[in-house]
Amino acid sequence: MASPQPRIGVVTYPGSQDDRDALWALAALDAEAVPVWHDERELPDLDAVVLPGGFSYGDHLRCGAIARFSPATAAVREFADAGGLVLGICNGFQILCEAGLLPGALLRNESLRFVCRDVPVTVERDDLPFTARCSAGGRLVLPVKHGDGRYLPPPDLDPAQVVLRYVDNPNGSVDGIAGVCNEGGNVLGLMPHPEHAVDPLLGSDDGALLLASLVDAARERVLATI
Amino acid sequence: MKATVLVRPKPGILDPQGEAVGSALGHLGFEVQDARVGKVIDLEVEAADESAARAQVEQMCERLLANPLIESYEVEIVG
Repeated sequence: MASPQPRIGVVTYPGSQDDRDALWALAALDAEAVPVWHDERELPDLDAVVLPGGFSYGDHLRCGAIARFSPATAAVREFADAGGLVLGICNGFQILCEAGLLPGALLRNESLRFVCRDVPVTVERDDLPFTARCSAGGRLVLPVKHGDGRYLPPPDLDPAQVVLRYVDNPNGSVDGIAGVCNEGGNVLGLMPHPEHAVDPLLGSDDGALLLASLVDAARERVLATI
Repeated sequence: MKATVLVRPKPGILDPQGEAVGSALGHLGFEVQDARVGKVIDLEVEAADESAARAQVEQMCERLLANPLIESYEVEIVG
């Protein structure tokens, strides 16, 4: 029997920019990539969801503050609460923090400058659905492009929730934190963009390790229900 | 009824925008020990009286206007 193709949704908010790259990358990694519109109150039948980068609702007030109240975000919250796999990239990470699905907040870069370059990050955990193809302690090179990426953890953050750390901190994040997961390990947010790094032609294909891990985990969930 | 909300970065939260403003003021010859940059949100709301307006605006702050992890807020009812 051919291995089943997992269905992975990508939510498009007004102002999302990286939704198409995320859809393309997931399809290239053999998932069925499913576009989800921001005003959908119920998600289609999905095995994982990605919240992409961009400037949802113009980043007005605070990044992610308005997207948090969109119908699709409420549906994603239900999906995550039921144990569903959710990956938030850049603006998607900001939305997950504002929505309380991930701890902490993302603030203006310490330099006040927009950073746009490839950066090395260290993988802290390889036991998550998002990092199973990586090795703990290993490095990935991924692009960042953000003005508000300075991660501030809550005072009580469990250090085990830190999944990725910058080697050279590009934005002033506390302890160089580049990606965190929730306590259950089924929701991950990160500022770097794995969906822009799935082909060596674009400078790095390290992002494919993270996204293919997600596709693997989503496929296992399909198999578990057959 | 008119209300004004002041949203400030909490003490201890690094505010690079405030630092940039403080240093620009220094270049102009002003002696500034500290500068912090926040937001002002002016609202007009339907409410029976001042305390009802305040309760409503405080709800808005809790739910949207301020992020309690990084910001504090103050509500002024202008009348």
